[in-house]
Amino acid sequence: MLILERSTNTTWHDVCAMDDIIVGTGVAARLNGEQLAVFNTGSGVFAIGNFDPFSGANVLARGLLGDIAGVLVVASPVYKQHFCLKTGQCLEDPEISVPAYETRICDQSKRIQIRVDSV
Amino acid sequence: MEKLQLLIVGNGMVGQRLLEELSRMPHAYNITVFCEESRAAYDRVHLSSYFSGASADELSLVAPEFFEQNGIHFLREEAVQSIDCLRKTAFGTRGTIIKYDTLVLATGSYPFVPPIPGHDRVGCHVYRTLDDLDAIRRDAANCRTGVVIGGGLLGLEAAKALSDLGLQTHVVEFAPQLMAVQLDEQGGAILRKKIAALGVQVHTGKSTQKIIDGDQQRHKLVFADGELEADLILFSAGIRPRDAVARDAGLAVGERGGVIVNDLLQTSDPDIYAIGEVALWQNKIFGLVAPGYDMARKLAAHLCQQSGEAFTGADMSTKLKLMGVEVGSIGDAQARSPGARTCVYEDGVKGVYKKLIVSDDCKTLLGAVLVGDTSDYDSLLQYMLNALPLPESPSSLILPSLEGKPMLGMDALPGTAQICSCNNVSKAGLCQAITSGCTTIGALKKETRAASTCGGCASLVKQVLESELKRQGIAVNDHICEHFAYTRQGLYHLVRINKIRTFNELLQQHGKGHGCEICKPAAASIFASCWNDFVLDPKLVGLQDTNDNFLANLQKDGSYSVVPRIPGGEITPQKLEVLAKVAQQYDLYTKITGGQRIDLFGARVDQLPMIWRDLVDAGFESGHAYGKALRTVKSCVGSSWCRYGVQDSVGMAIYVEERYRGLRSPHKLKMAVSGCTRECAEAQSKDVGIIATEKGWNLYVCGNGGMRPRHAELFASDLDDKTLIRYIDRFLMFYIATADRLQRTSVWRDNMEGGLAYLQDVVINDALGLSVELESQMQSLVDTYACEWKRTIDDLEALKRFRPFVNDDLPDEQIVYVRERGQKRPPRAEEKALALIEHEELV
Ligand SMILES: Cc1cc2nc3c(=O)[nH]c(=O)nc-3n(C[C@H](O)[C@H](O)[C@H](O)COP(=O)(O)OP(=O)(O)OC[C@H]3O[C@@H](n4cnc5c(N)ncnc54)[C@H](O)[C@@H]3O)c2cc1C
Ligand code: SF4
Ligand code: FES
Repeated sequence: MLILERSTNTTWHDVCAMDDIIVGTGVAARLNGEQLAVFNTGSGVFAIGNFDPFSGANVLARGLLGDIAGVLVVASPVYKQHFCLKTGQCLEDPEISVPAYETRICDQSKRIQIRVDSV
Repeated sequence: MEKLQLLIVGNGMVGQRLLEELSRMPHAYNITVFCEESRAAYDRVHLSSYFSGASADELSLVAPEFFEQNGIHFLREEAVQSIDCLRKTAFGTRGTIIKYDTLVLATGSYPFVPPIPGHDRVGCHVYRTLDDLDAIRRDAANCRTGVVIGGGLLGLEAAKALSDLGLQTHVVEFAPQLMAVQLDEQGGAILRKKIAALGVQVHTGKSTQKIIDGDQQRHKLVFADGELEADLILFSAGIRPRDAVARDAGLAVGERGGVIVNDLLQTSDPDIYAIGEVALWQNKIFGLVAPGYDMARKLAAHLCQQSGEAFTGADMSTKLKLMGVEVGSIGDAQARSPGARTCVYEDGVKGVYKKLIVSDDCKTLLGAVLVGDTSDYDSLLQYMLNALPLPESPSSLILPSLEGKPMLGMDALPGTAQICSCNNVSKAGLCQAITSGCTTIGALKKETRAASTCGGCASLVKQVLESELKRQGIAVNDHICEHFAYTRQGLYHLVRINKIRTFNELLQQHGKGHGCEICKPAAASIFASCWNDFVLDPKLVGLQDTNDNFLANLQKDGSYSVVPRIPGGEITPQKLEVLAKVAQQYDLYTKITGGQRIDLFGARVDQLPMIWRDLVDAGFESGHAYGKALRTVKSCVGSSWCRYGVQDSVGMAIYVEERYRGLRSPHKLKMAVSGCTRECAEAQSKDVGIIATEKGWNLYVCGNGGMRPRHAELFASDLDDKTLIRYIDRFLMFYIATADRLQRTSVWRDNMEGGLAYLQDVVINDALGLSVELESQMQSLVDTYACEWKRTIDDLEALKRFRPFVNDDLPDEQIVYVRERGQKRPPRAEEKALALIEHEELV
């Protein structure tokens, strides 16, 4: 895996090309042994954990995108809980959230990179 | 102040309701209850459901801890054996002695067993308590035949129970007809025919003279003319009030039994009251639960010194389903009122009989008899109870008419109109609750208790709710979601008329925001129903719901199941072999579905294209088990093999399945074709059911299995192949155009104003002038059909989405299985950790 930049505890990883994600959908990605869900909503690229805490399956990348009262969300494909794309917070249950990751688009808008904090 | 002692004798339906009413208001009583039965109050009205699966707990009417929480002293399995009115003392059968200030008799009634010789032989039963039913069940296990003595309402219900227990069942009635109390002669005759058709033998005009040992079976009933043998006998010859204790205590009782009460439900001793089936009011016993509940409510108010509302009698109209036959009786069913006129509708073929009894000036309804179809019951009852003016020709209320009936508008009902008789809720009561914020059926039910006992009033309650919301201008928001201020039907028309093909166009022109998991799949479904474009097209794929999204059914562990189409359930051994090979190769859990197909479970997303490559090569197509679309067309073997078949049901099923395969609709669609009236394909539980007749096909529509089963209704008879298909084309496209999101045809039909008649009018008589358009829309969908999987496996772009990870081709290592009965299944939570470890060791 190509590591692009290393500052204290922070690493940006190149994950895929913009073309790899159809606008309005997501893909699963593997980073450091973790499963991530990476989405292109058309207005931005977002990454959260792929693991759905309600079903216990790695499926969030296959959820439907949308917004609930202006908050960009993905709906789990299994039981349809909503997770905020920016924070990973579950909208139905304040106790539950999934990890959220910072993303950026580089290389003349061609590549998607994700920031992972490591210890 | 010292508390008064209130003693309640009997914990049946009415006694328990009295306790509930008292617990809702402040009162100054210490309450003691004598309960003779081993179980506290339970729902006797639904007693028979005990044989069809309900447990005693489910039938219980007593909330857990109810007695404790309300400080009620409850004496289980102890009856009152005598009462000393002078000393105001009651004596229990287990030695309890209680002094009371006020006593309430709620002892109900007992089944009358005529004192014919042999009535007390072993194997003679009655049908009143759970203990009775336990005894019947035990006995029936060793019996082949049963006979019910008594062909009234309860007798027929008991007969149904016996036949459900697998006994060959007879009903013996003394009167010349069945249900003599509620029906007239003709109604009784039709009911008899229907019941006989269900395999229960009915013997009317028979008086049993004695019961002796049988020759072949346990008993022999001897009649004045003839005899009948049976293993089990059940008496249902009427009920008698349980007034023995009252009688011994010197209370006034009626000539034919029953403790006499006044309008305050007081007996001849002012400190003793009687309610429920034991009470005799104006020389009448009320053998239904609703009047008993009314008594309980009024007595509770009286005992708590609240407004002393008098008991004013009760309407004894009833609606019920006996062995699947709908029967309704309203008011003066026998037309005994002076000057009464009648008007009758009879359809001997369908077995429907309806009679109205009207006043001599034809202005008001006095009564009605309904057999075979009680859909008019609710509105007729309202006409009678509220003396609403009848339409000019009253017969229009019962005639089946294509123009639709004069609808009884809820606005026409006065506020005092009683909507729920079980719980005495008036229209005004409902409206008040609606105004105070109960704007859903659930909330309304909870607040008013309406529709929570027998449920018979549910549709009226709903109508009141709807008309009241409309009247009060409380807008019922029917927008599909926050992104579109339209219903699904609205969106469908926008899409079709403006030829919209993408979600972006739709959103820009008619919506706002980004969309969501409600409007996106709805839009996807509408696009598919209108234009039939490839659902995994980059412009459409982001709209597809969970299963459509990967053309397979997502299972709980994130894996998928695969269901190839097997039209009509017909498959060659060669193709079966292919399925077996694929299942083996990918280790797929294999199960036969209810729709005559084969479901292969446990495929990872990255395996789907490979699996389908093999299937498509062998000639399989997508089964659309993942879509809100046509699923299967089930069939029986029909005339090709079956001795009874009159048409080629398999051939028709395959034709229909191939015509409508891939058709996307507001919800899933199921169909079936049976080769004769024996109906082995269960077509009457499908959205579209086709049953062969000598002359062609009968078409049934809007049936449903699942959570809320609904029988399909006969839509048209004896159709030739061509007409059949044309009707189905129109029916389906009309459904697609007008149904709500995720609305099955059954619910769509139930909500349709004008009902089946309207639907027939649109589809058969082309009342809206839409037929040509509907047919051509369907034809274009048929012509543009293409197998989605075939298309996908040749489309490199579409295939990219099936990679397990965008940056890694190793599959998800967390999908693991355990084995059971020779196949795999997902591990349960407690098994998963172990399964993961084993999996790691293998890799
Ligand atoms: C099979 C069946 C189907 C029915 N279907 C319908 C229907 O569809 N619609 C309808 O409206 N009605 C129906 N009914 C009638 C309905 O169940 C009765 O109207 C209702 O139960 C009457 O309530 P109750 O409290 O007066 O009597 P019950 O419910 O009979 O309760 C009386 C209780 O008092 C107890 N008791 C008697 N004497 C004493 C004593 N001395 N000391 C202590 N306890 C005593 C009895 O054991 C019994 O538990 C049906 C009845 C049956 C049996
Ligand atoms: S429905 Fe009729 S034709 Fe079909 S299998 Fe049953 S009996 Fe035979
Ligand atoms: S009429 Fe029985 S619940 Fe309303």
